Amino acid sequence: MTDVRTKDAVTAADAPVTARRRRVHPVIVIAVGAVLVIALTYVLPPFRNYQLATVGAYLCVTAGLTVLTGLNGQLSLGHGALMATGAYTLALTQNKFLNLPLSFAVAVLGTTVVGAVIGLAAARLRGPYLAGLTLAVATVVPSVTSTFDETFNSDQGLSVALDPPPETVPMEQWQAWLCWGAALVVVLLLALLVRGRFGRDLRAVRDDETAAKLAGVDVARTQVLAFVVSAACAGVAGALFAVLAQSVSPGAFPLTLSLFLLMAIVIGGLGSLFGALWGAVLLVLLPTLSQSVGESTGSQRLEGNLALVVFGVVLVVVMLAAPGGLASIRMKTRFRRNR
Amino acid sequence: MGQFVYLTFDGLSRGLVYAAFALALVLIWRAARIVNFAQGAMAVAAVYVAWSVTNATGSYWLGFVVALLAGLVLGVTVERVVMRFVDHSSPLNGVVVALGLVLILQGALGIVYGNEYQPVQTPFSRDAFEVGGVALLSRYDLFVFGAVGAVVVALTLLFTRTAVGLRMRAAAFAPDVSRLLGVSVGGMLTLGWALAAAVGSLAGMLVVPTELGVHPTAMDVVFVSAFTAAVVGGLDSPIGAVVGGLVVGLLLSYVSGYVDVTVAPMAVLALLVVVLLGRPGGLFSSSKARVA
Repeated sequence: MTDVRTKDAVTAADAPVTARRRRVHPVIVIAVGAVLVIALTYVLPPFRNYQLATVGAYLCVTAGLTVLTGLNGQLSLGHGALMATGAYTLALTQNKFLNLPLSFAVAVLGTTVVGAVIGLAAARLRGPYLAGLTLAVATVVPSVTSTFDETFNSDQGLSVALDPPPETVPMEQWQAWLCWGAALVVVLLLALLVRGRFGRDLRAVRDDETAAKLAGVDVARTQVLAFVVSAACAGVAGALFAVLAQSVSPGAFPLTLSLFLLMAIVIGGLGSLFGALWGAVLLVLLPTLSQSVGESTGSQRLEGNLALVVFGVVLVVVMLAAPGGLASIRMKTRFRRNR
Repeated sequence: MGQFVYLTFDGLSRGLVYAAFALALVLIWRAARIVNFAQGAMAVAAVYVAWSVTNATGSYWLGFVVALLAGLVLGVTVERVVMRFVDHSSPLNGVVVALGLVLILQGALGIVYGNEYQPVQTPFSRDAFEVGGVALLSRYDLFVFGAVGAVVVALTLLFTRTAVGLRMRAAAFAPDVSRLLGVSVGGMLTLGWALAAAVGSLAGMLVVPTELGVHPTAMDVVFVSAFTAAVVGGLDSPIGAVVGGLVVGLLLSYVSGYVDVTVAPMAVLALLVVVLLGRPGGLFSSSKARVA
């Protein structure tokens, strides 16, 4: 009898260790991803390549946002506005110097600075207060572009001057490479960042600020840093969108965009970089699907709005059924089995 | 001077609308500790219903009454079907679900009514009276003063003078004890949502004619102003919401009048930042620490 019990206890204790998958190093995952994407760009037709590029651009911002919201517990509705910051900075720099790497650097830097300002305020706010403040930031974009219309050309926006890609590479393929190159670098950096001490600090602050403080974590500093990192990612995404569309306007960064981003990270599981990828894929797929449904029924109103309804329903259902996102369902069942 | 007087009355009129909207937010915050980010979209839905009724029957007042009823029904539905099941372990959950509702409502309204601004009727003229050559306020402004004033008085009486109001406060303050004493806490919560949504619909009906018209996203910016108003007053305080609404209304009116209309949202953002960082509990906060 005693033997059986000890044996049970031993297996129960061992089970999580043996059951835990060995983590593959992020560099390997990213390398595999890069090979896959490059291969895909040669197979896909131009329009699909363009969509692939859009997924990459979305991935930059969803990955950053999922680290901020999922790992650090700060809800931001202002990431659409941060993307706009990146996009406008890129457009202004690019139109002046026509040097894409330089423009990217300036765009990311500019967004990081704006993110730091918002982050400093955000670190003092919790829950609905933070959501409200970032919501206000998101709605202020058209106001800023109309007020300083000599710089931003109000609702019309700016066009982005671009050097044509090398002649051997089609435009869409070049766009896909650019976006995915940036996305993979962003995801790799984030993955390395959250594996270590910083990631632990993020989670500690999210779960219990007092306990984190007692354990020697600088809560405010961690929160500001998380916001800055996440803002930089949004800046990359915004810059990519500016390059993809070859124009920027406030209409491209409405409040709905911020809500879509939130949906993307919630459905993929808050805090999961893989989830951010699925979210980014859905952000491109669902509107395309709903558009084709709208076209097939011949209803223009359905075209633009069906995606909104679907996203909203998904967001509500996932939050009610599995607040940790779809990935958390799997984890829960695994826990139960182990017990 | 004339412009200053005009802008002040205009600001008070706008401010009262924001006050009503902020009151709706405060009602739900007090009852459920949720900031209802879907309030704007819910109000727009009610305004669209009123718009349909008014167009079909030609009567503004029938539409007005139907809008308030639609608000009540929508509030009950949202609470009973969705909000009741939100997991409150993280304050993020309620916010995210409300934002999901925003997407659903805006999408559905877009499908039914299209994404164009539809002009709406006003029951009274918006031309301002002139006293000694100075434009003061319009009949419509008087209507706004009256409507919001009536709501504030009615809510005050409800919460301080009636048994139902006492139960609602008890259910919000100490749910477990109230339940033991025979208060239907769930019922009070639903009632709170219904009342708040109706007040929000009223605010929507009052604000839409003063803007471009009704559109699925018409209330986004209004929501931000109302949220700011509620925060200025402290999310917990109904009096604070009214004062906060007037502050925001006056600020918006002066900024639009003296600087430029496009600057107004930035002014609201600046006010929100200043209040949140300087006095996060709002001007009317009690000494109790913030829960969320």
